[in-house]
Formats: sequence, structure tokens, C-alpha cells
Amino acid sequence: MDNLVVRALRHVGHLVIDGVWRLGYASRFFLLVLLRSGPSFRRFPLTIREIYFAGVLSLIIILVSGLFVGMVLGLQGYDTLQRFGSEEAVGTLVALSLVRELGPVVAALLFASRAGSAMTAEIGLMKATEQITALDMMAIDPIARIVGPRFWGGVLSMPLLAALFSAMGVFGGYLITVVLLGVDAGAFWSQMQASVDLTEDVLNGVIKSIVFGVAVTAIALFEGYDAPPTAEGVSGATTRTVVTSSLAVLALDFVLTAIMFTGA
Amino acid sequence: MESVESVVTQNLVEIEDVEFRYDVNPVLKGINMRFPRGKVMAIMGLSGCGKTTTLRLIAGQLRPTRGSVRVAGRRVPDLDQGELYALRRRIGMLFQFGALFTDMSVFDNVAFQLREHTDLPETVVRDLVMMKLNAVGLRGAHALMPAELSGGMARRVALARAIALDPMLIMYDEPFAGLDPISLGVIGNLIRRLNDALGATSIVVTHDVQESLKIVDHVYFMSEGVVVAQGSADQIKAAREDYVRQFVHGEMDGPVPFHYAGPPYRRDLRLGPVHG
Repeated sequence: MDNLVVRALRHVGHLVIDGVWRLGYASRFFLLVLLRSGPSFRRFPLTIREIYFAGVLSLIIILVSGLFVGMVLGLQGYDTLQRFGSEEAVGTLVALSLVRELGPVVAALLFASRAGSAMTAEIGLMKATEQITALDMMAIDPIARIVGPRFWGGVLSMPLLAALFSAMGVFGGYLITVVLLGVDAGAFWSQMQASVDLTEDVLNGVIKSIVFGVAVTAIALFEGYDAPPTAEGVSGATTRTVVTSSLAVLALDFVLTAIMFTGA
Repeated sequence: MESVESVVTQNLVEIEDVEFRYDVNPVLKGINMRFPRGKVMAIMGLSGCGKTTTLRLIAGQLRPTRGSVRVAGRRVPDLDQGELYALRRRIGMLFQFGALFTDMSVFDNVAFQLREHTDLPETVVRDLVMMKLNAVGLRGAHALMPAELSGGMARRVALARAIALDPMLIMYDEPFAGLDPISLGVIGNLIRRLNDALGATSIVVTHDVQESLKIVDHVYFMSEGVVVAQGSADQIKAAREDYVRQFVHGEMDGPVPFHYAGPPYRRDLRLGPVHG
């Protein structure tokens, strides 16, 4: 019995120590990425290339998802608001939902599964095929040359993707409510314009998307860089990227919403 | 302060009484090696005997637990990152499977270091890359991607990349692994020819005895973290040590047993004791 308790305690202790060690290692990695970001800006074409891979190649999934989310919001909003005779307010509902919450959050979740997993797999495979070691042996810092541009490419792409997601969502809401269900176009746009505040809503949404971009990209790059150099290792790291970054986005969203929108 | 004497020493690489352990597991147990300038040297031994660890100690990717590793007179473990990178610019390394950058063409792979470390105009970079590719016989393949190359071709491109900056030291980690007989001969000849043409020093870590003995000047034989034999190719071929004989002649049984340690055979077959 005593033996069992000791073993259980030892196991818990091992998990805690392992978790703290990994958190410290990840923080150190993140700090190194920030400190060695010089080449990402001095040689901006490196970062532009990563904006293309993380941002431009994610456009299709972001735009199509944004359109459908906006259409669903339009349908649901219209169905509820018409019961109170205020279906013209559907534009406000669609825009606020998208700009404040759904735009940054859903775009970040899609970004994690599309671009984040690709970053992890790419860096993990570079490690498994000794390309990272080769860079180090060529006297080229892999964090500055490989990780830095990917980090800033992801961080710069994320707010743009979230903005496009929201814009596409508003367009989807317009298509459903104005074109299909006959809500007055003037009321749709004017109520939206009157209710959505640039600082309170739009800017806070942009701040959220930047924070999500930092979290998702940092997690994806760390998991790739830390992946065991085997097929199972890379596959496990890719899965961890999607799971961890999705949870991080949802948790951070709660914290940021509590800070931004629960004031007076 | 490094003495002038040690900088101009005849040996480009000197390893003295080096011990190395991963956690508590000893990998190297006090090895001594000298790699004279201009020579092609081999480190041989079974997988896990510490060959690649030795290479990584020379490159400064690992720090010895005890002892000294000197390259061109400088103690490698004492170098900070800037000094280590300055040293590595003068070292070329060929990895086991080439480690080519898969998102770049053959040309861009070879040009990579030239573009990263020098401000040469693109026309000069082009000429240098073509010369390096010509040296390995792949000038015509400069536009191909790594995925379009055979194993032997990828190894040759990696070799062209390793010599892009005319290094003083070229290290090869299992350069013959997984190659067909023709590619084996080609890579072996290239290692010897390029070393002599560049006036470099080469260290070849391998367990391919026949191919490497054709090209090397001196061999260190390692087993379980110690140097068990050394000498020229002819001395190694004629060696009497059991371990070296088994390794060189590919004998099935010897100091390295054929059978992995386990319980008695009769017990695994569930045969009862023999009576009478």
C-alpha cells in the first residue's frame, strides 16, 4: 500500500517537474526568438516569404469560413430579432459578434490548424533530416534564420486574416439578411455603422488577433523545434500544436474579453 | 592566450584524454586522437561506439566532460558562440543523408553559405557554385530540386555545399551509408580528390571498411568509447586484434557476439532438462 502511494507521488512529482521544465524551456525559446529577430526585419523578404506561406495560403479557408459564419449569424440573428420586430438590428449583431469575438477567435483556430500545424511539421522535419543541425554547422543561427521570420510572418498575418474573416462574415450576413430575407439595406448598414465603435470594438478585436497570432505561432514553432526527430515525434508535435494552441486561444480570449469588455 | 606554437601546429585537430557522458552514461572514456593537416583520416567502429559524438565534439556541438579538443590551435569548448561560428565557417560537414534544404534547388543549396556569409555579387556566386558543382560532376543538375536527386547525387550536392567556402577541415558523417556500388566509389574518390585539391584535412566517420580503406591515410578504430586500434590502411588490414579482424573481415562471431544476450536457448524453446 505504502509502495503504491510512494509510486503515485513520485509519478505526480515527475509530471510537475517535467511540466515546469518544459514551460521554462518554452519561455527561454520564446525569449531567444525575440532577441534574435534582427534578421527578420533587416532581411524583410525572408519574413514576406513566410507571410505568403502562413497568410496568403490560408486565405481560402479563412474567406470561405468567414462567409459561412456570417451567413449563419445572419440567419440566427434574423430569426431571433424578428420576434421583437427589430430585424434591422441584425447588421449590428453580425458585425459586433464578428469584430469582437468570432473574427479573431475562429480565424485563430483556423490559423492554428492550417498554418500552425504546417509550421510545426516543416520545422520538425527539418530537424529530423538534420537541416537544422546543418545550418548550425554552417555558422548560421537556426533561430534567427528559420524560426524568427516564421514567427513574425505568423504574427503579422494573423490580424490581417482576422480582419478579412470579419469582413467576409459581414458580407455573408448581408447576403442572407438583405438579399435573401429582405431586410432593408439602409437600416442594415446604418445601424451597424452607428453601433460599432472603432476603439471599443474594432481595435480590441485587432489586439485580440495579435495576441492570438503570437500565441499560436510561438506554440507551433516551439513544438516543431522541440519535436523528437522521428516520424512519431513530428506527428505528435503537430497534434500538440493544434490542441495546445486552440486551448490557448480560447483561454486567452476569456482573459482578454474580461479585461476589455467588462468595464463600465 | 593561445601560443603561436600551438596555432601553427602540424595537427589541425587534437583530442586529448577526452571523456564525454550523456547524463550518467559514459560515451567516450578518455580518447586521444591527432588529425594532421592535409590528411584524410577515418574513425571506424560499430554504431554507438562514440564516432559521431567525437565529430560533434570537434564541431563544438557538444562539450567534453573532461579533456581537451583543439581545432587549429583553439580550445573548442572555451569558444563563445561568435568565435565558434567563426571557426565553423572554416569547417565543412557532410551529413549522413546530405541534409539538403528541401525547399531550395541544387544551385541555391550550394549558394546558400556564399549568400549568407559573403557580400559577393550574384554573378560571382553563380560562377563559384558552378565550379563547385562541376567538381562533383553535377553542373548540369543545378536546376533540380533535392527530391529529384538519387541518394548518391544528393550526397554529391551536399559535398559541393560543404566545400562552398573552401574549408580547412571537412567532416563526413557516414558518407557511404545506403549508396549503390557506383556511388560508393564516386563519393570515395571525391573525398580524396577534393581534400588534396583544397589542401584541406578530412575526417571520415564510417563503418564502411572496404571503401574507406581505399582512400584514407590513417584509421582510428573505436569500441565502447575507447580507441582500440589505429594505423594506416595496410596496418589495419593486417591487424591481429580480434575486434579489428572481425570488423574488417565482417566475421559473424568474435568479440562482438552474433547473439544478443538472453536466457538459455533451451529455456526459450520450453524444452525440459535432458535425462540420461
